Amino acid sequence: MSILINKDTRVITQGITGKTGQFHTEKCREYANGKACFVAGVNPKKAGESIFGIPIYAGVKEAAAATGATVSVIYVPPPGAAAAIWEAVEAGLDLVICITEGIPVRDMLELRSRMRRKVAAGGRATLLLGPNCPGLITPDEIKIGIMPGHIHRQGRIGVVSRSGTLTYEAVGQLTEIGLGQSSAVGIGGDPINGLKHKDIMQLFNDDPDTDAVVMIGEIGGPDEADAALWCKTHMKKPVVGFIAGVTAPAGKRMGHAGALISGGADTAEAKLSVMEACGFKVTRNPSEMAKVLKSLL
Amino acid sequence: MKIHEYQAKELLRKFGVKVPRGVFCTSVDDAVKAAATLGGKVWVVKAQIHAGGRGKGGGVKVAKSPAELRQYAAQILGMQLVTHQTGPEGQKVRRLLVEEGADIRKEYYLAVLTDRRTQKVAVMASSEGGMDIEEVAQRTPEKILTVLVDPAEGLSDAQAGELAAGIGVPEPSLASAVRAFKGVYACYMETDAALAEINPLILEGGVDGRAGEIKALDAKFTFDDNALYRQPGIVAYRDLDEEDPNEIEASKFGLAYISLDGNIGCLVNGAGLAMATMDTIKLFGAEPANFLDVGGGASTEKVTEAFKIMLRNSNVKGILVNIFGGIMKCDTIADGVIAAVRETHLTVPLVVRMKGTNEELGKQILRDSGLPIISADTMADAAAKIVAAVK
Repeated sequence: MSILINKDTRVITQGITGKTGQFHTEKCREYANGKACFVAGVNPKKAGESIFGIPIYAGVKEAAAATGATVSVIYVPPPGAAAAIWEAVEAGLDLVICITEGIPVRDMLELRSRMRRKVAAGGRATLLLGPNCPGLITPDEIKIGIMPGHIHRQGRIGVVSRSGTLTYEAVGQLTEIGLGQSSAVGIGGDPINGLKHKDIMQLFNDDPDTDAVVMIGEIGGPDEADAALWCKTHMKKPVVGFIAGVTAPAGKRMGHAGALISGGADTAEAKLSVMEACGFKVTRNPSEMAKVLKSLL
Repeated sequence: MKIHEYQAKELLRKFGVKVPRGVFCTSVDDAVKAAATLGGKVWVVKAQIHAGGRGKGGGVKVAKSPAELRQYAAQILGMQLVTHQTGPEGQKVRRLLVEEGADIRKEYYLAVLTDRRTQKVAVMASSEGGMDIEEVAQRTPEKILTVLVDPAEGLSDAQAGELAAGIGVPEPSLASAVRAFKGVYACYMETDAALAEINPLILEGGVDGRAGEIKALDAKFTFDDNALYRQPGIVAYRDLDEEDPNEIEASKFGLAYISLDGNIGCLVNGAGLAMATMDTIKLFGAEPANFLDVGGGASTEKVTEAFKIMLRNSNVKGILVNIFGGIMKCDTIADGVIAAVRETHLTVPLVVRMKGTNEELGKQILRDSGLPIISADTMADAAAKIVAAVK
């Protein structure tokens, strides 16, 4: 039916008492099965209290033990965000979704190193989505993150992107021409993140309820090319590809910390040609992502 | 954020990396005094601007007498230095670095940066110092050696030694190279740098089998903007003269803005959608005048400031607004756009494309405003309309 999350997923919100955390928790609760899904919040100073009827616990471990939740979503401000992710990893959750934008790269490098070591030492692996991402949604079941729920429809197309509003653009186009989505995933715009295009493509490939995928990337980094090379030999489903930033100048950070051309291989044109060579149907017109996908079905 | 060479060398010195003795100056007289203080017979006068390629542009000169030094300092200070990184208008030189001359036995290259694929820190070194490293990477990639460092472990003596030996540092000078590599790495990590590039890193002395000294003859640092909140020392190095005043103004309002060369201003929410909008403008035969991401909360104030900043660019002949209203509702954005048009007395054509929550209501508000705003349904439609309108 979907990848990573569904109506039975139980979620802890870290940073639930902050302005952003409150606002989006309320929206997520209103969406589909949200009331049953969002079961706990975390704030060490407000343990024992509740917000929107959601109990607040001192830590992730306590929240998980009390509610059986296996996923957390993080709205904690940048200085404490990496520590919040680590707390969820130490608690042994399956998946952590970090919405926070602006986490220092060094914090993420150190965090990813600790996560690698934990797994190497035989510890339980936790998947990380983000940071600096909109989250993910399985339409009509559950939304975890900041995307507008109402533009989505349940269906059989997967969407993966680094950018938030560009994901909404693709979803909006799909819904408009009658193609629903199995899941839509924002992996985030930072240079050091968790799940990458390739990981999400792998999940969509294995999902019996996904028929085709829209993969959206942007300038900077090797991820889209890595995903395309993986797809060349493994992907059994049609993929439409778009890369934003054909007009972006080299050496300038285009809003996202990770959207920076640093060498010849991470320009939009270079990525588009790798994707094309690997069997993607690429479009240079972002208004036609859904139309192109429909032509492949 | 970028800093000047003299500032980068100040940082490196704190981390035990050897650099030539030098004095930072802002006048010709100070430069002459600096040479006297430094002593010796040869000095280097270096223009301090953030862009690279200063030597080729005439911003670095070797002076062999105080008179020559005065002449070069006067030449460089105040010049519009044009390099491949400044654009054709160049960058005005306001600061100089006067350094003692170096006895260069050999030039190397050293860089520290984040490796996105392995999520480790890459330390790169090459025997081909003083050259354009992109060219070296293309022609002789085997001459660039890289070690990947886990930040939890740091750069080890063994890794640094392997790199130094690999690029051909003579045996007696290996210890000095290891110290330099480790110092640059530590500096990179502790200051939350995004890129540290030493080109060239030089070997001084070391004749007749004696140990020479490895020194940073140039230094280029870029820092992670996300970490500046905890790096007050780095923030103090910020030189606003080196930055685009429009980008500075934009950042005060939480807007991510970058000037480009085209004539169509664009205002978009979200970095990815902003780039996609720019690309669509190009697809329809025109060029974007800027990148501008108004972010999640596109308030009336933010939209108005965004219009003002775009319109400071006299090349702008038309504006395209592309908003995907999610949490932010289209009617709110329509109100913001109308207020901005009125406040800036907009005279160039404006195309607005809004999608998402309360889309119809937003479009109605724009129609009812009586303003000559062209409405569009898709990004492509919007681009086609604004390109047609400016022709």
